[in-house]
Amino acid sequence: MTCHPVARPQDEAPDTSYRTVAVVGPPNSGKTTLFNRLTGLRQKVGNFPGVTVEHHTGYIRGGEGEEVALIDLPGIYSLTPKSEDEKVAIDVLHGNMPGMSRPDAVIVVLNSTNLHSHLVLAARVIAVGLPTLVLLNMADELHKQDGSVDVLSLARQLGTPVALVSATTGAGLEAVTNFLSGASPALEPIELPVVGSTRSVREWAVRVGENANYRRPATPVWTRRLDDLFLHRTWGAVIFGVVVVAVFQTIFAVGQPLSNLLQKFLDLTGSRIGTLLPEGMFRSLLINGVWKGTGSVLVFLPQILLLFLVIGILEDSGYLARAAVIADRTMSRVGLNGKSFIPLLSAYACAVPAIMATRTIESKRDRIATILIAPFMTCSARLPVYTMVIAAFLPNRPLLGPFLGTRAVAMLSLYLLGFLMAVLTARLLKSTVLKSKDAPFILEMPPYRWPKFSSLMMRLVDRGKAFLYRAGTVIMLVSLLLWAATNFPMHNGHPPAIQDSVVASLGHAIEPVIRPLGFDWKIGVGLVTSLAAREVIIATLGTLNGIDAESHSFDLQNALRHELTIPGAIALLVFFAFAMQCMSTIAVVRRETNGWKWPAIQFAYMTIVAYVSAFAAYRIVGHFIR
Amino acid sequence: MELKMIFNFIFGPKQKRNLTTSALADLQVGERAILEEFELDHPIAEHLMNLGFVPGLEVTVERSGPGGDPRVYRVEGTEVAMRRELSRHIHVSLVGAPAFGD
Repeated sequence: MTCHPVARPQDEAPDTSYRTVAVVGPPNSGKTTLFNRLTGLRQKVGNFPGVTVEHHTGYIRGGEGEEVALIDLPGIYSLTPKSEDEKVAIDVLHGNMPGMSRPDAVIVVLNSTNLHSHLVLAARVIAVGLPTLVLLNMADELHKQDGSVDVLSLARQLGTPVALVSATTGAGLEAVTNFLSGASPALEPIELPVVGSTRSVREWAVRVGENANYRRPATPVWTRRLDDLFLHRTWGAVIFGVVVVAVFQTIFAVGQPLSNLLQKFLDLTGSRIGTLLPEGMFRSLLINGVWKGTGSVLVFLPQILLLFLVIGILEDSGYLARAAVIADRTMSRVGLNGKSFIPLLSAYACAVPAIMATRTIESKRDRIATILIAPFMTCSARLPVYTMVIAAFLPNRPLLGPFLGTRAVAMLSLYLLGFLMAVLTARLLKSTVLKSKDAPFILEMPPYRWPKFSSLMMRLVDRGKAFLYRAGTVIMLVSLLLWAATNFPMHNGHPPAIQDSVVASLGHAIEPVIRPLGFDWKIGVGLVTSLAAREVIIATLGTLNGIDAESHSFDLQNALRHELTIPGAIALLVFFAFAMQCMSTIAVVRRETNGWKWPAIQFAYMTIVAYVSAFAAYRIVGHFIR
Repeated sequence: MELKMIFNFIFGPKQKRNLTTSALADLQVGERAILEEFELDHPIAEHLMNLGFVPGLEVTVERSGPGGDPRVYRVEGTEVAMRRELSRHIHVSLVGAPAFGD
C-alpha cells in the first residue's frame, strides 16, 4: 500500500496491448457473469498452487485481434491478507504467484448499486499500481431502481477509466475492449487514501460518491416482500421444507434414473462394440477396462449437472442465502453453519456432487468439515447392498401394520446410523482440529434476481469439465487397476477365473484382518472391488459364487446366508455404513481440496471407524444371536 | 387507552430504555440504531466493515429467521444475516422509535 501517486506505464505507450489481465471484484458484483460474457466458453479452470482456491482463465479478443488472457480471481471484499482468497489475489496482483506472471492490467468489477462499500476495494486495487479499469456493473438494476452516478467525475476522482456496464444486457462493454487496446481516455493519476482504517477509506468513498452525484437506488420493494414470505416464521419454514424435498426428489427421482439409463446405454454400447472385436486381451482391456472406466466416470454427470442446476437456480435467484439462514439454527447445534445444509442434503443422493457443492462455503475449515462428513450420509449406492443383505437375513414382518415392516425399520436404522456418525464427527472436528472461532456466520443477503439461463449453462459446463478432468482421471486410473487385478495372472492368454486372479489374492491377503468382523476372503474380494463403486460387491459376490446377481438374486441371497452369519451380516452393513469405499468420492475430495492430504485422512478415519464399529457389532450381536 | 392505563397500573410502566450504548442483539425487529464500536477480533470487524457495516452508519433490524436467530440487518443498501452471539458484540446507540409500525 502506498501514499505516493500511482504512476501508470501506459502513459508512455498509447498502443500497449495487454496480454494478461486480472479480473477482481467482490462477491455479488456480477463479476462471474461479466467474465463469462467476455470470455464465453473459452475458459479453463485450475487451482492456484497449494490452496483450494480455483481460478478461471478465459480468452478475449483485444482491439487488434490479439488474444488476451483474462484471469478471474476469487470474489474478495478487500485486499487484506486475511483469507486465502485475498492472499491469492494479492499474490497474483503483485506477481508473487508461482507459475503465473504478473498481470499487465486489472479490471475491477463493482456493484453499482452498492458503490460506497465497493469503492473501498477499488481504491486498494488501483493502489497496487497496475493499469486499472473500474467497471460499475449492474447498470440495468441501478437505472431500474432510480439510481445514477456521474461516471466521468468518478474517473477523475479515481484517476482510472471508469465505465458503467451491465453484464446481463451487455451494455457498456466496449469500454473493456477499449481498455485492452490501450484506447481508454488518459487520466491524471490520483493519490488514493489506502493507508488508513477501513472506516476512513469508507468516508473517502462516500465523499467521492457525493462528488460524483451518486444516487443510491432504493432497496427493491419486491426483495423485501419476498423476504417477508421466505423468511416468515411459518411460511418461510414451509417453503424451505418444500424446496428441500424438491432438491432431494430431483436428485433421486430424476438424477438417479438418468444415471441408470446412461449406465445401461453405455453397457449396451460397450457390448455392441465388443462384438466387433476379436476376443482376447485387447478387447478385454478396451471394453472392460477403458470403456467401463470411462463409463464409471460419465455415469456421475447427470447427478452432478442436475444438482448444480438446482443449486445454481437457488444461488442466482438469491434464495440460497435465505435457505442458509433458515437452516443455520439446526446446523449450529452440530458445529457447522447453514451454508453446509444443501451440500449435506445432496449427499443423501451421492457424495460426489455434494462435495463439489461445498464450494459455496467460504470458511475453509467449515468447508473441509462438511466434506469430511458428507460420505457418512447414506448415499444411494449403499441401498442395493443394504437391500440385498437385509433381504437375505431379515424376514419381512409388519411392525406398524402395512406401513412399516421389519426390513424398512432396518433400512431406516442404517440411515440413522450414518447420520449420527456424521453429527458425531462434525462435533469432534469442530471442537478440535477444525475449530473456527474466527469465521462466524455472516452472510450477505443479495437482492432477489431472475437467474440467467446462459449463466446457469456456463456453470454446468464449467463444473462438468472440472469433474471430468480432475476427478475423472483418478477414477479412470483406479478402474484400470481393478481391471488389471481381475484379469491377471493370465492362463494362455485368457483371463483367469476370478478365484485365481490378483483380486482374489488380495481378498485372501486381507482375510485375517477381516475375519474378526465375521468376513471371509470372498467378502474381502468384494470389499476390494467395491472400491470402484459400493454396489459392485453384489456383482462380485455373485461371480464368486457362480451366480448372475441381477437375474438370480434369490440364489445370491441363499449364497450370502452360507457366507455370513447374522452377526457377520450386521457387521457388513455397519461396515458399509461407515467405510469410505467410493474411489470417486476420494477423487473428488482430492480435487476440491487440491491435494491428497485430506482424502488420505478421511480414508483412514472412515476405515478405522468402519472397522471398529463392524467389529463391535459383530461381537455384540454375536453375544446374543448365534 | 384505558386498557393501557390499567396495564401500567398493574404491571408498572414499561422500563425506560437505556439511551446509552446497547448491543445490536438488544434491538427488536424494526428498530434502528447507529453502529458504534465492534467488540470483535480485527479480521471479523474488517469483514463486517467491508460489507458496509461501518461505525457511524445507521443499521436497521430487518427481520429474523424463523426461530429468531440468525437475524437480518440492513445498512444502507446491504443486508447481512448474522447470529445473535455475534450481534451481542456490536455496540449501537439508539436513534428512536421503530422504523415501521406494526
